[in-house]
Amino acid sequence: MHISEGILSGPVLLSGAALAAAGTAVGLKQLDYDRIARTGILSAAFFVASLIHVPLGPTSVHLILNGIVGLLLGWCAFPAILVALLLQALFFQFGGLTTLGINTVVMALPAVVCYYLFSPFIKNNNRVTIIAAYACGFFCVFFSAVIMGGALIFTEENFMEISLLVIISNLPVMIIEGFITTFCILFLKKVQPALINR
Amino acid sequence: MIEEPFAAGNSIIHRIDPRFRVAAATFYSFTVALCYEFQPLIAALAVSMVSVLLSGVGLKKVFKRLALVNVFILLFWIVLPLTYAGNTVYSLGPVHVYPAGIVFAAKITIKSNAILMVLISFIATMTFATLGHSLSRLRIPEKLVFLLMITYRYIFVIQQEYQKIIRSIKIRGFKPKTTLHSYKTFAYVIGMLLIRASERADRVYNAMRCRGFKGKYYSLTDFQADTKSWVFVTIVSGVTLGILLMEVLFNE
Repeated sequence: MHISEGILSGPVLLSGAALAAAGTAVGLKQLDYDRIARTGILSAAFFVASLIHVPLGPTSVHLILNGIVGLLLGWCAFPAILVALLLQALFFQFGGLTTLGINTVVMALPAVVCYYLFSPFIKNNNRVTIIAAYACGFFCVFFSAVIMGGALIFTEENFMEISLLVIISNLPVMIIEGFITTFCILFLKKVQPALINR
Repeated sequence: MIEEPFAAGNSIIHRIDPRFRVAAATFYSFTVALCYEFQPLIAALAVSMVSVLLSGVGLKKVFKRLALVNVFILLFWIVLPLTYAGNTVYSLGPVHVYPAGIVFAAKITIKSNAILMVLISFIATMTFATLGHSLSRLRIPEKLVFLLMITYRYIFVIQQEYQKIIRSIKIRGFKPKTTLHSYKTFAYVIGMLLIRASERADRVYNAMRCRGFKGKYYSLTDFQADTKSWVFVTIVSGVTLGILLMEVLFNE
């Protein structure tokens, strides 16, 4: 989920950059050198996974997966997503330098929020896990869309309709992300529980 | 799937010290992002076009990249003229068209393309490894640079793992559809990818420890700030300040 270059106003870009810097600082503080290799390789896995196009009727959507990123990495989601966005900017020119901060906030802040909201329930029995994981996947994308819409509205009041359009058009992605997160978390719980129960 | 098409080359821009290119691109991009008047924006677009030409990258590839980005901008061309509240209204039956919306969409388009062209010509013309080294020289926190390098290093490895898994599900007759079964399969593919990544991470970390990893990342690249890099950064700063001046002058 990206906001392109050249749309947002200076204050929004700068506050996005400041928030992203603060989040990244917290994440880096928690990330000691013993865990950097692990976080980097997981971040590479998320980068590759986010390129998967999942069919949706006649078209396809690509996954964001920030729900799973949050559950697995916690605060380290900030540096991991920042790095992934920088790679995307260089490889595909999706987003550039000025939107790096706000785009990091759009994806990483919901990941951290959902980590605190839902990860306590993931460890419970299966039924609770299913509900929590679905909510995590769904709301992570929802919060991202809301932050993105907010950034647009703070830029220009006339962006109201565009913001609503962004949120509504992401609704199918939220539903799909919910399913993917649920199945993925159940799978990880069964196959390698150590990945989730850090 | 993942490649760096602009990194190879020997143009004037390719030969300039990467640290200077990163700094110049950042200063220029943020300045252009703050402009709202047509005159500075068009000047910026012209400057960005010149920089793309100077960097000698394949124009066809540049157009392809820009076209993809402009698809998102297209949304603004469709929505803004119909919703942007302004003074003059052209009414076509129940549909009102606001010229102010068209003007705004045009400004966004120019700005976006100008910023991206400089990203392509200044920064995409270096490999990611070089970018990492120059960031570490520009006092970006070492941990972040290290994370950047590890992620870059393993993206290609993980991508191969991903293609392996995709081949195996195709051999078993998987066809992606809009069904719960498809989503479940994709979720398991992602889960498997994460498990393999995590196991690889443990092995990599052990190997690093065996070779005496002391919790520090060393960048051995030596950058040379020669005359042409200083000339380059002076010209870019001058042009950027010129654009800023135009914005101030024409902003009434």
